[in-house]
Amino acid sequence: MVILMLDDVDRRLLRLLQADPARGVPDLAEAVGATPARISRRLDRLRQDGVLLGSHAVIDWRAMGYSISVSLRITLDKTVARAFDDFIEAARAVPEVIEIQTFLGRVDVRLSLIARDLSDYQRIYRAQVLTLPHIADIEALMTVAAVKSDQGLPV
Amino acid sequence: MTLDDLDRAILRALVANADQSTTQLGQKLGLSQPATWRRIRRLQDAGIIAGRRLVLDAEKMGFGVTVFLGVKLATKGRVSLEDFERAVGAIPEVQTVDHVLGLYDYRLRVVARDLADFERVLRRRIMTMPGVGDVEANVLLSEERRPGPLLSGH
Repeated sequence: MVILMLDDVDRRLLRLLQADPARGVPDLAEAVGATPARISRRLDRLRQDGVLLGSHAVIDWRAMGYSISVSLRITLDKTVARAFDDFIEAARAVPEVIEIQTFLGRVDVRLSLIARDLSDYQRIYRAQVLTLPHIADIEALMTVAAVKSDQGLPV
Repeated sequence: MTLDDLDRAILRALVANADQSTTQLGQKLGLSQPATWRRIRRLQDAGIIAGRRLVLDAEKMGFGVTVFLGVKLATKGRVSLEDFERAVGAIPEVQTVDHVLGLYDYRLRVVARDLADFERVLRRRIMTMPGVGDVEANVLLSEERRPGPLLSGH
């Protein structure tokens, strides 16, 4: 993996854009103290180099009526050769799963699951989670509050 | 607010790419630009579209390691949760902090340049915080975001 060398202007641009991805070129130029043409060239280069990949909308699932968010930490039965592949494929088919992560550590896979309320969660958990293949152990962490969720990089 | 299939299609499209204009988005969905704009506006007003997040290639920027930490507070009741949350949230390498119920009290997502850099953050910044007890670390290998219940029919 090639690590790109970023200078101070690049870093400032990325910091500003992380705080507000909707900021336009003229606005960025003024904040950085450079011409809009120069800022455009910088942004084009960051895109070409594959550093700046775009932006995506953040959905507030609570506002959509999903008040429960649970982190399911799963250990798989590794004596089965296809345990990871089978499990992940089946987990993708559960509509309430919004994130699938794999790990090196005590936990093999983590699923982020949302549900409308506790009885909805119980239904999904029993019918669609416990039936996923090759689970050796499962632990649930229920989110009480998202204290920090900006996910920005410390550029 | 009840969503119809077009709302869900708009949300799916914006989650995939929030840089597209309302004109481009409308063309894909067979909607006029003003109609697309009004729908997006309504989703924003309802708080369903909560914002926009920049997508950067962390590895190319030199952040090769992401670790999830489960943190248990040792002296519950004597440590102020607010103080812990403020202190841990102020660490630049800590990307997310969730207060959770279960085996741990907090779940942190930490980004670092490499494992040595992660060890530095863990030892100097996180383990030194008052009240930190049991800590479990899992190194992220892969990650995928799913559309969730945005697929039509849910």
